[in-house]
Amino acid sequence: MEIIPLTKGTMMVLKDQDVVPFRNQVKEYAERIKMGLVNQTKLITAASEMVRNMLKYGNGGLTIIEIVSRGAQNGVRVTFKDEGPGIADIPQAMQDGFSTGKSLGLGLPGTKRLVNEFEIKSTPGVGTTITIIKWANG
Amino acid sequence: MFENIIKTLKNNKGEILELWMKNQLASSGITEDLMSNQELRKQSEELVNALVNNLNENSINDSQSPDFDQLTELLGGISISRARQGFSPRETGSIILSLKEALLEILKKENSDINEVFEESLKLSRLLDNFMILTFETFNKGREELIMRQTDEITDISTPVIKVWDGILALPIIGTLDSARTQVVMENLLQEIVKTGSGIAILDISGVPTVDSLVAQNLLKAVSATRLMGADCIISGIRPEIAQTIVHLGIDLTQVITKASLASALQYAFKSLRLEVRKTASEATGVNNQ
Amino acid sequence: MERIPILKMGPFLLVTIQIDLYDRLALNLEEDLVKMVEKTASKGVLIDISAVSIVDSFMGRILGNIASMSRLLDAQTVVVGMQPAVAITLVELGLPLNGVYTALNMEKGMNLLKSMVDFNGTQQEDGDHSFD
Repeated sequence: MEIIPLTKGTMMVLKDQDVVPFRNQVKEYAERIKMGLVNQTKLITAASEMVRNMLKYGNGGLTIIEIVSRGAQNGVRVTFKDEGPGIADIPQAMQDGFSTGKSLGLGLPGTKRLVNEFEIKSTPGVGTTITIIKWANG
Repeated sequence: MFENIIKTLKNNKGEILELWMKNQLASSGITEDLMSNQELRKQSEELVNALVNNLNENSINDSQSPDFDQLTELLGGISISRARQGFSPRETGSIILSLKEALLEILKKENSDINEVFEESLKLSRLLDNFMILTFETFNKGREELIMRQTDEITDISTPVIKVWDGILALPIIGTLDSARTQVVMENLLQEIVKTGSGIAILDISGVPTVDSLVAQNLLKAVSATRLMGADCIISGIRPEIAQTIVHLGIDLTQVITKASLASALQYAFKSLRLEVRKTASEATGVNNQ
Repeated sequence: MERIPILKMGPFLLVTIQIDLYDRLALNLEEDLVKMVEKTASKGVLIDISAVSIVDSFMGRILGNIASMSRLLDAQTVVVGMQPAVAITLVELGLPLNGVYTALNMEKGMNLLKSMVDFNGTQQEDGDHSFD
């Protein structure tokens, strides 16, 4: 079934201080579609992970936050677009425990578990686009 | 040639309605308690008008034509309301079937050229078949919404959290523990832990029919979340078959305290809270049956 | 530049996190805390996160860092007041939070610290309470 966007907001995230307003925007959209607390927390945590990656590895980038619907379900979709170095080996990055940074890695597998849909496109040297969707009822 | 069927149908709307009413009442077994004759007639008249008034050269070949927006809206509404009221799929789909029969009958009656009738009947038939599919799709959607609503209700009632003692909570889990349910269970449990300031939660799984890797994983998640909050979990109600399955599947529950019964879990909980249950020295008690 | 206040409660230090930590703030906190532990020869640190509604891997790392740094200076760290939604999310995220002890609330947190710290200077770690 087709996913239809209903509301859209974009935000550039270029420095640390942009993270909080970004999270608040995601939270606002989630509340609008009456997403429960636990699902909201999962969504915002996932979004926080991705946006921090963007800052750390991609020098920041563009985020698109949308309310979408598919059939009877409503959800929040967040897209992260950066022009960073890109990820050369996506399957490897999606494995638990993989890390190029000195910490817990990109947190991709963990983030994927927190949301319903997770899509990643990356070209080394060009950039990365990640899209996540969390439906209102999980 | 073509304008003929349109004209024929438009001129015979009344007859179409009568024929259709007759078909509906006869074949589909629509009983009086589900819908009164009056309501049925009104509904049918609306539908006949919505269809026949909007039939034209283009729309007859295209069920999705905007000319039929009113009709599809009406059909959708009827279909969903019948789904909710408990009509069977057959009763709901037969709206269109019996309408189709009525329309084709009129065509046959009013036109003597057999070839023409055949061709145009085919077109009309195709159109109405598409409407029937639409009817079924919407009927299905209505059913799915009902099921979703009922699932939510069941999830709500079936995860009670019981305070069995100061600082000890018990959670009898009844039914399967899928991911969605686990989240609800965890949320309820953790909120109660915060509210009561409890340190121990007993998860009793004697009401969980099967424990496979997924269920075991979900149980472990619940235990981890409880520990993150600063409390701990005991899993009780492990039946012998479950114990076998867990070992055969290679699931590691060594990091969790498990007991066979809720009673022994409770005993263990008391001990870890340094509580003791003792008999008091008093007279024999009986039951007052007055 | 705002810094998160650190209070002294008897032999322990208390930090209440009420705003979202961003990089600079978090680093300042680590620095301030470690200095305070040394200065006050504190045996324990209580971090109250009851007002924190999102704990991502960055925040988790900070908590882990604080616990490790404090331990090097002979102090134990207990995180208290985790919100249920946060606990559920952390489990799904798979954040290890190694060596970070947790307690339900301030009172239990203090009791835990007391049980872990022998005031003659040696420490006893109670393995059961650590989330490893």
